[in-house]
Amino acid sequence: MSGVRVLVGTRKGAFILTADGKRERWNVSGPHFAGWEIYHLKGSPADPNRLYASQSSGWFGQVIQRSCDGGKTWETPGGGMTKTADGMPAGESNKFVYDTSPETGKPLTTHQFYDGTQHPWEFKRVWHLEPSLSDPDAAYAGVEDAALFRTSDGGKTWQELAGLRGHGTGPKWQPGAGGMCLHTILLDPTNAKRMYVAISAAGAFRSDDGGKTWKPINRGLHSQYIPDPTAEVGHCVHRIALHRSRPGVLFMQKHWDVMRSDDAGDSWHEISGNLPTDFGFVIDVHAHEPETVYVIPIKSDSEHYVPDGKLRVYRSRKAGDEWEALTKGLPQQDCYVNVLRDAMAIDSLDKCGVYFGTTGGQVYLSADAGDSWTPIVRDLPAVLSVEVQTLR
Amino acid sequence: MIRVVLPPHLRTLAHVRDEVQLDLGGPVTRASVLDALEAQYPMLRGTIRDHVTLERRPFLRFFACERDLTHQPPEAPLPDAVAEGREPFFVLGAIAGG
Repeated sequence: MSGVRVLVGTRKGAFILTADGKRERWNVSGPHFAGWEIYHLKGSPADPNRLYASQSSGWFGQVIQRSCDGGKTWETPGGGMTKTADGMPAGESNKFVYDTSPETGKPLTTHQFYDGTQHPWEFKRVWHLEPSLSDPDAAYAGVEDAALFRTSDGGKTWQELAGLRGHGTGPKWQPGAGGMCLHTILLDPTNAKRMYVAISAAGAFRSDDGGKTWKPINRGLHSQYIPDPTAEVGHCVHRIALHRSRPGVLFMQKHWDVMRSDDAGDSWHEISGNLPTDFGFVIDVHAHEPETVYVIPIKSDSEHYVPDGKLRVYRSRKAGDEWEALTKGLPQQDCYVNVLRDAMAIDSLDKCGVYFGTTGGQVYLSADAGDSWTPIVRDLPAVLSVEVQTLR
Repeated sequence: MIRVVLPPHLRTLAHVRDEVQLDLGGPVTRASVLDALEAQYPMLRGTIRDHVTLERRPFLRFFACERDLTHQPPEAPLPDAVAEGREPFFVLGAIAGG
């Protein structure tokens, strides 16, 4: 019997929505970690019952939570009441410490701050967790200030992959209004050495050696809000996505502009086409049709809500340029919600399901690849992230 | 026996319902109390103080005996009533947000 488990992160806790393969009747579990911001939670492709969650708070900082039973119970890995021989606590699951220069012991690099000066990296929170495709105990964490961390012990300890910050362009990275965050991590399912990340506001980066070394992949991007609109780094990339059957084809929702790369990010071209606005946050790809892409246009960078009071998903069946509005079942008047960058997900059932969550607390589902929509829940706290696991 | 009252979110995280009780061998200071607290409840590491610098997180406060001790040096002795277990040491979140 197939089914789906939808993992929803919100401003005030996590919710887990489950249904069978028909996706008609839903069970809602939560709030988990009530009162905390849950930027992201995601399941391991290698073990669907292994979930990781990023729990954070302006008061109490960052905590990593782990479940080994599909979200029924949670633990702070490494946070049990254990002591080392010297009496010091062993728990380190919420410890993210940036690498320092091996030569000097000082911070590896600095970044550009809001006032134009150079500023040291300061850890704030985990935006995105990306479990390994093959090992339930391995996962990547994209954090603010932007950096990439990895655990290989189920979240007990985290180590920075410092080649990303250390490759040379770090001093040109800068925070956007939402902070300087590494929010997207894509693992190439056909090449264990290849991965992509995206950072606001630095751009997209690729590693071909398992995260040891990195290169910016931003050629073709044009951003009028930076002094050199075609600079190597500095672009506010909001989200990138790929289809597992064509991992060299990337889709990007940039601050403004929807983009595609057909060469693993080496070059990009615009595919905004007939979208009503090409500002937005989410972008995702159909589970079975690698040229079918979804975006949700947002009015502008100063008005973070859908245009004209209408919540519309746009779908292209030709990998961009030509887009159709999907509106059936979505509010078409007086709607002023936003859909944040990690808040869209796709299941892989035969009839592909598309999910997204809004800042108004709704989680919508289309069980027919976007043709029609229905809310699973309407009144959650503001949704920060949506992931879906297809259970077979 | 030192008594510590945690804010509700940290009680949940540490899986405790009420006050936490700690045994300290040496001087009773904020630093030594937090060291003992984190040793007994490792999941709290990083939630009250920074992992590396051990600086207080900005939105947390420390009260005891109806006094705000937040800005006292970490190594300053806590009041006798706290050291003797007659009064608890409070860790609490500052009022912020809406």
